[in-house]
Amino acid sequence: MEIVLAIIVGLLYASGIYLMLRRSLVKLVIGLVLLGNGVNLLIFLLGGLVRGKPPIIPATESILGEIYADPVPQALILTAIVISFGLQAFAIVLIKRTYIVVGTDDLDEIHSTEEEDDY
Amino acid sequence: MLLAVMSGFILASIVPFSGKLLRGRWSFMTTALPGALFVYFLTLIPSIANNQVRLFSYQWVPSMGINFDFLVDGLSLLFALMITGIGTLVFLFTSAYMKGDAYLGRFYGYLSLFMGAMLGMVLSDNIFTLFVFWELTSISSFFLIGFNNESKASRKSALVALAITGLGGFFLLAAFALLGNITGTYSIREMIGSADILKAHPSYLLVMVCLFIAAFSKSAQYPLHFWLPGAMKAPTPVSTYLHSATMVKAGIYLLARFTPVLGNVPAWNHTLTIVGGFTMLYAAFHSIFKKDLKEILAYSTISALGMLVFLLGLGTSEALLAMVVYIVVHALYKASLFLITGIIDHETGTRDINKLSGLRKVMMPVSIAGLLAMISNSGIPPTFGFVGKDLIYASTLESEILALSLTTIAVVTNMLLLYAGILTGVKPFTGVLPESFKEVHLPDWRMWLPPLVLGIAGLILGLFPVFIEGGIVMPALHSMYPMAPPFHLMLWHGFNLILGLSAVTILGGLLLYFLFKPGLRHQTWMAKLYGSSPEHIALLFSRKFRVFAAVWTRLFQNGYLRIYVLMIISFLTVLLAYKSFTQVAFYINPAKISPLTSTELVVMFILIATVLYAVYTPSRLAAIAAMGVIGYCICLIYVFYSAPDLAMTQFAIDTLTVILFVLVLYRLPKYINYSSWLIRVRDGLISLIFGTLISILALEVLYEPTNKETTRFFTDNAYTLAKGKNVVNVILVDFRGMDTIVEITVLTIAAMGVFALLKLQLNKYDQEL
Repeated sequence: MEIVLAIIVGLLYASGIYLMLRRSLVKLVIGLVLLGNGVNLLIFLLGGLVRGKPPIIPATESILGEIYADPVPQALILTAIVISFGLQAFAIVLIKRTYIVVGTDDLDEIHSTEEEDDY
Repeated sequence: MLLAVMSGFILASIVPFSGKLLRGRWSFMTTALPGALFVYFLTLIPSIANNQVRLFSYQWVPSMGINFDFLVDGLSLLFALMITGIGTLVFLFTSAYMKGDAYLGRFYGYLSLFMGAMLGMVLSDNIFTLFVFWELTSISSFFLIGFNNESKASRKSALVALAITGLGGFFLLAAFALLGNITGTYSIREMIGSADILKAHPSYLLVMVCLFIAAFSKSAQYPLHFWLPGAMKAPTPVSTYLHSATMVKAGIYLLARFTPVLGNVPAWNHTLTIVGGFTMLYAAFHSIFKKDLKEILAYSTISALGMLVFLLGLGTSEALLAMVVYIVVHALYKASLFLITGIIDHETGTRDINKLSGLRKVMMPVSIAGLLAMISNSGIPPTFGFVGKDLIYASTLESEILALSLTTIAVVTNMLLLYAGILTGVKPFTGVLPESFKEVHLPDWRMWLPPLVLGIAGLILGLFPVFIEGGIVMPALHSMYPMAPPFHLMLWHGFNLILGLSAVTILGGLLLYFLFKPGLRHQTWMAKLYGSSPEHIALLFSRKFRVFAAVWTRLFQNGYLRIYVLMIISFLTVLLAYKSFTQVAFYINPAKISPLTSTELVVMFILIATVLYAVYTPSRLAAIAAMGVIGYCICLIYVFYSAPDLAMTQFAIDTLTVILFVLVLYRLPKYINYSSWLIRVRDGLISLIFGTLISILALEVLYEPTNKETTRFFTDNAYTLAKGKNVVNVILVDFRGMDTIVEITVLTIAAMGVFALLKLQLNKYDQEL
């Protein structure tokens, strides 16, 4: 299982980076989303995989028993998911606005703040 | 004493804001400060008369051994008197010279800043305060050279000067750090006690070279001399004060101050003699080809500085005595010549020696000052210059090695300097007054008095050298050479070889003046020489360096986001690959691998398929949908492996993202490939290699033993301390509650951003785009 998950993480990284290297703004953002998912899964994988034992203290106990999923990576990932949503939402709207103003989503045409390329 | 040093800084911080008040008739009031300081330092003379020293100590950073220890001995008092004395005259001169300038306040501010820094430098006994003041003089010099900041030439000269003196500053810091380490003290006074340890230390040469570079850059010795002629772009009072009389002597001061610590070693003496000797000859030779009064003076100043270094290099008590006297001589006559040049420039509007003549008819007092300065410069009795030149010849003749050549160099340099002195001090006043200068008149007394005072001082000191012999000259000599036998400065030594040499010098200089007329031929000849001059090489280097920097920046900061990403990823890939192949023993522990159920297998298969689909699909909508599916699959993985909170969050967020995407990106342009297939293959390869590396690393890390201490803390205390059963939730809202608040804040800001971007109405300008 871990091996398959590690391959998936690698695949998410690879596709995320590949899409980020495209010239299209939309692809850039999709790449960002994939990369974010890859990072979350990586943290999750490294926290250790435990089946069917969520880190929830049973009603009758006051501390968690021996075998359970690690809650710390989960807390980290939860934060990461929410924050990346903030980022994605902003990026998506920014793309929209950029397109309205500039009329393209090609990064090469908008890589300078000047109207004309004056290198 | 602290007040005396700091008053310059205090004035500098007040004066620029006094605006109108200063521009009016009160401008000469600023003269009161250097004047008062001059008197204060005069009163200190008796306290050092018998080779005593006075120390004023104030704490600054005691924990690091950095204090304001102001040491008053012969050498520092000599410089302090020069700084304040000439400062007084320059401040007075400025009030008339710069009358009506809109930035007069600023100008006085820089001047006072410089005066304070220079005083601090010569009085500091602590090497680090000395360094700070040293750098402050460079900075104030930079501002003063670039004072006419609308002129490109001024700005350039200021930068060159700052670059060269700043370079020297680095070396000074290095030298001081080494000195501090070797001797274990930051006090120069205490270092003298460790002089023998220092001279035997393996780092001695390194310290010496660093110190030399610092001193040579500041005192314009070859090959670091070329900033000084450029510095003449500054208003004339600045040239007088900083670039002739005081600041450029900071390097000389440094060498003199460290003579008892590091000096009297063959390497020290020979280097100084060679560099100083070459500089004085080289600069004096250049000075006679110049047409601009200030340029002539600049080169003759470099030559004089070379002479001082040369004398320091000889290092005998006679030579050091000659140096002390020559410092005073030079300060007096050179400041005077500069001020006269300032007057001529101010009144006639030109500094070209070919155009100037006959001015004595319209400005008699100035021409008297010029004559006095010239005869002191030429060493004609009975001026102080004659005393100085006598001592120089005496010390070269007594040199143990090469006495004849050293004397010859000194004589030739003096002849050339005499020529330069006549050009600047006498030539403009003799001959016929041209028609165009008929309207020229004598300037305000505040302008012609200072050079006259300096000229008369040179005369009086020449007639009665006893005035400064016991009070200043001998204590100054004693600070450099504690074993020096007593001397008496005298104008008349009787008929001897030295007098003969003086006569030869004067005659030779006069002959040169009457016979030699630099013409066009010499000019082209000098222009050819320029190609090999250090100035040319340094400027060439700075130009090429800028080109290189531009190319370098354009290569890496090219404005293409994906190139940045590509470079970062490629670099990271290479680094990771290198490390993981050389240092990681790759193995998988089969015991730790959990089995795979068929449901999980299906989910993972779907996940892999959709990722590939998301990358390759030509449809934007399909890509977004695929992204959603990927999110849901990950959500299921969280479900399988005991993370219900994550699953719920992922589900909600993923849904929201897809909806937002579809809604907002509905009307975007066609989803096309902009790049060629070659670039796509390249990017694909790099991404794949990177992804593979991440997979391998993930597996490797997985089998490293982990520290579960933090986890243990949360699982033990989630209920007992925070009364929550869901540990993940308790961590988020309780133990790390502050982080969550910040997170919410971030989300709020993002939401506001989204709202603003959506609601923003384009104004007319944007719509036209």
